[in-house]
Formats: sequence, structure tokens, C-alpha cells
Amino acid sequence: MRAARALAWREIVRFLRQPSRIVGAFAPPLLAWLLLGAGFGSSFRVPGGGGASYVAYFFPGTVVLVVLFAAIFSTISVIEDRREGFLQAVVVSPVSPLAVAAGKIAGGTLLALAQGGALLLLAPVLGYTPSMAALVPALLVLAFVALALTGLGLAIAWMLESTQGFHAIMNLFLIPMWFLSGSFFPSEGAPAWLRAAMAVNPLTYGVAALRHALDAAASGLPSSGLSVAVTFAFALGAVLVAAAVINRYPAGPDRAAFRSRRKKP
Amino acid sequence: MSAPPLVSIEGLSRTYGDRLALDRVSFDVAPGELFALLGPNGGGKTTLFKLLATLIPPSEGTFRVDGLAPDGSLRELRRRLGVVFQSPSLDRKLTVRENLHVHGAILGLGGRALGARAGELLARMGVDDRARDLVETLSGGLARRVEIAKALLGAPKVLLLDEPSTGLDPIARRSLRALLAELARGGTTVLLTTHLFDEAEEAGRIGILDRGRLVALGSPVDLKREVGGDVLVLATDSDEEAAALATDVAASLGSSFVPKAGRVGAVGATVRVERPDGPALVPVLAAAFPGRFRSLTLGAPSLEDVFVDRTGHPFEEAGAVGGRAA
Repeated sequence: MRAARALAWREIVRFLRQPSRIVGAFAPPLLAWLLLGAGFGSSFRVPGGGGASYVAYFFPGTVVLVVLFAAIFSTISVIEDRREGFLQAVVVSPVSPLAVAAGKIAGGTLLALAQGGALLLLAPVLGYTPSMAALVPALLVLAFVALALTGLGLAIAWMLESTQGFHAIMNLFLIPMWFLSGSFFPSEGAPAWLRAAMAVNPLTYGVAALRHALDAAASGLPSSGLSVAVTFAFALGAVLVAAAVINRYPAGPDRAAFRSRRKKP
Repeated sequence: MSAPPLVSIEGLSRTYGDRLALDRVSFDVAPGELFALLGPNGGGKTTLFKLLATLIPPSEGTFRVDGLAPDGSLRELRRRLGVVFQSPSLDRKLTVRENLHVHGAILGLGGRALGARAGELLARMGVDDRARDLVETLSGGLARRVEIAKALLGAPKVLLLDEPSTGLDPIARRSLRALLAELARGGTTVLLTTHLFDEAEEAGRIGILDRGRLVALGSPVDLKREVGGDVLVLATDSDEEAAALATDVAASLGSSFVPKAGRVGAVGATVRVERPDGPALVPVLAAAFPGRFRSLTLGAPSLEDVFVDRTGHPFEEAGAVGGRAA
């Protein structure tokens, strides 16, 4: 417990001491939101969404993208920790790998939630005003999205030797997952194969849950209950997978290293 | 050794794929010893360090620390080890004290006890005045001291260090050695790896590793005494000249002196002659081989002589060879 708390604390302190990471987490999604919002603004109409502007439509997706970036940056630090040597001391210390997993996930989730939450709170400044009553459920949903994406990122990053590998996975898997989550365009009107991809993408339900939380009148989405349930299951599954990977391979990708024993056949 | 060993290594082997990195190594280390594993790069000392640090499992054989083997409870074994890696394991974005606190928490320590222990260790390592500084602002020597303080947090029985003086300037090196000697005197068993003869010289006992095998074990004084006599070194300009000269010297000594030509050999661009009658040989060799060598030195055997004596090849080249051509 102590170990997990200290590792989570370390994640947060490291983040705060590297201003470039704060900029890196916020700037790209915000830029995308402003530029795409301005560009699509006049031509885009959400089907069945009445008069919702693209800036408004795109906002929940931007928040999720901030969370995704935050989760990626905080879990990619595992690879740096391994290379810079911090993790080697952890690996040979008498600490449970599960405590390491818990610390990393807790730290990463809190950071991702704080960044996504900050954007939510900043929304009025940016000209988009969700109701104050919507903020609490929105933050709750966001917490589970953050947990899910941090767990997923950690499970991937733990077994990678280089950050280049992570970038490849990010571009081929994580970013497309976001594109197909209903953040960027609604599934209505998309070709059937795309709609199918969006339907099996767990992040679709996270974005939908966030839309429901922010706007009670949101339509054209999976139901509120289904969205919350899938998001919860996604978070639980990602955390379990990350914990299992770290527990089985405490030293990560080092093939020569100790790994947890399995019963001999 | 009268005390029961704290670390006992029993037929330890480790292979990476087909490569045998450590070949049935056995020795004991007593409590409070300062023990150095000396060897060229690639000799197997880092593999042995990784095995003892419980980073990798043995392929064959085992070892015990305080009676605990790695096939038992790794966690209990790890409680007895303090490990200092060659590459730093400190978080550069945290302060010195924060680093110790995070590591302490990982060891299950906390609260005032941890604070007091961290403060005491930093004072002992002479870095307490830098406790609030970020690690990235520390010099290499100071960072290594913090690293040692971190490794000692859990009051380990054995402190393991992999090439601890790498990257340090001569002054930091000297003060690090003094610190390790002091730790050993204080009862902490210190086991370090090194490829520096003068560093090994200061250890109570050393084990020399070459090509994965333990080729010598004992105190530096005893090992050097075993080489015996004097060592004459004739320096030439090339390996070829040295080889030719060695043959001639061996022939001349073999006929007119004791027939023990195995004690004459070319090592790199030098010819080494180990004899009990070193001083008497100096004028003989100088007269017999004028112009065949640049310099002739006579000295007592060094640890390098021990290495050459046991392995038959020079120290520097040993590591470069991935394996001897069959």
C-alpha cells in the first residue's frame, strides 16, 4: 500500500516538474478542437442534433483525447524508467509487482483525470457551457475512462523496450481507437463496416457516456446505461490485464529475467 | 574463514542462449568482508552480479544469502540485499530525500522511522547538505553516494555493487573506496565488481573471473605471493616482436637456467618472465638481447600478473574475445 502510494505520488511530482509534459498533453487536442471546429463549423451539422455546432459536438471527444494523451504520456514513462534505471531497483526490491501496478495505474489515472477535468472546467472560457450539474457525473465518467486508458497503456508499455514501439502502437491502435469512438464523427451515416467497428470499440461507450452526462438531450448514441456499463467493464478489464502482465513479467521485456512461476506441467 | 559464510555460491552457471556466461562458479563470502569480483569486460562478473541481485535466475547451481536461495522466497532473499547498479537508479526529477522516501516506501518503511533512517544515511554518506536538491543537479560522485544510501535503506546484510567507480573522477573514486571500506568495517558485507586492479587491491579478498570461470580466489596479497618471485617485463614495439623475443628468451633461459619455460611468455607487445631470481636476470637479458626491447622492468607481481599467470592471456584483450576460436 505504502509502495503503491509512493509510486503514484512520484508520477504526479514528475509530471508537475516537467512543464513540457503539461503543454504536450493539452496543446495538440486543444489545437485540433479549435482548428477542426473552426474549419468544419459552417459545413458540419450533427445528424438529428438540431443546431449543435461542431465545436460543441467535438468538445467531449477533445476531453477524451486529452485523457488519452495523458494516459499515453504517463504510461510511456515506464519505458523511460526502465531505460534510465529507476525500475531496475524496484524489480530487485522486496515489493509485490501488484503494488507497482497499482501505483502506476493510480498515478496515471489521477493525472489523466486532472487533465481531462481541467479542460471540462475550462469549457466556459472556451465558449462551450455545460451545466454545472452535469460536471459531477461527467467527471465520474471521465475517471473510468482515465482508468481504462491508463490500464491499457500500461499493459502495452510494460512489455516494450523502446518508446518507438509505443509510438507505433499509439498511431496504429490508440489514435484510431479514438477516431472510431464517436469523438470525431457520429456513427449515424457512417458505412456499415465503420459502424460495426465503432460498436465494438469500448471507447465509443466512454465518449457516449460523457456526452450523456454533459447533455441530457444527446441522441444518436448507445443508451446511457449501456455506455456506463461498458465503460466500467473496460476500466476493470484494462486494470486486470495490466496487473496480470506486470505480475507475470515483473521485469518487463527482459527475457532473461525472473518471471512469476507457473505450475510445472 | 571461521565465521559461517553469509553468501555462498555453489556451482553457479548461467547461459544466454548458447553462450555460457558463467561456468560453475563456487565461493563463499564471510560476514563483514569486502569482496571484489575482478575480471575483464565480458568475463562474467556482471552476469554473476545480476544473478546475486536476483535480476536473473541461475541456469544451474544456486547461491545462498543468509541461508536463502533464489528458488525459495525471492522476497525474503531480496530483503537481505542492497543493490547498486552500474547505471543510476535514482529518479533525477526527485530530490535526494524524495528518492530515499520513495524507495523506503517500496521497502515497506514509512513515517518517522524512514525519515530518521534516511537522514542518518545521508549524513553517513556525506550528502545530507544536498538532501533538498534535485538529483539531476548532483555530480556523479555524489549521486553514487545517494545511490548507496538508497541501497542501505532496508539495512541489508549484503551490499552488491556493479562497477561502482565507473564514470567517477579519481577523487570521487578514492572517497568511494574509503566509504566502502568503512561500511565493511562496520559489519556490512560488501560485494562489488570491478575491472580495475587498484580497486580490487583494496578488497579483503577477490575472485578473478575470466570467460565465465573463477580462475583465482583469495586475498590480493596471497594471490600475488602465489605468482612468486619477481616479474620481469620486456616491452617491445609489436606483438610479433614480443612473440619472437619470448621464444628466444625461453630458449636461452631453458638451456642455461631452470627448465621452466612456461613462466616465459608473450603477452601483447610485452614479454613476461616470472623467476625467483629476477635481479640476477636483468644484466643477463640486457646483454643477451640488445635492441630487442624498449624497456625492461623488474617488479613484484601485481594482480595483473596474477591474472596473466592464471589465464595465459592479457587482461585487456580477454574481454574482447567472444569465445576462444577452437
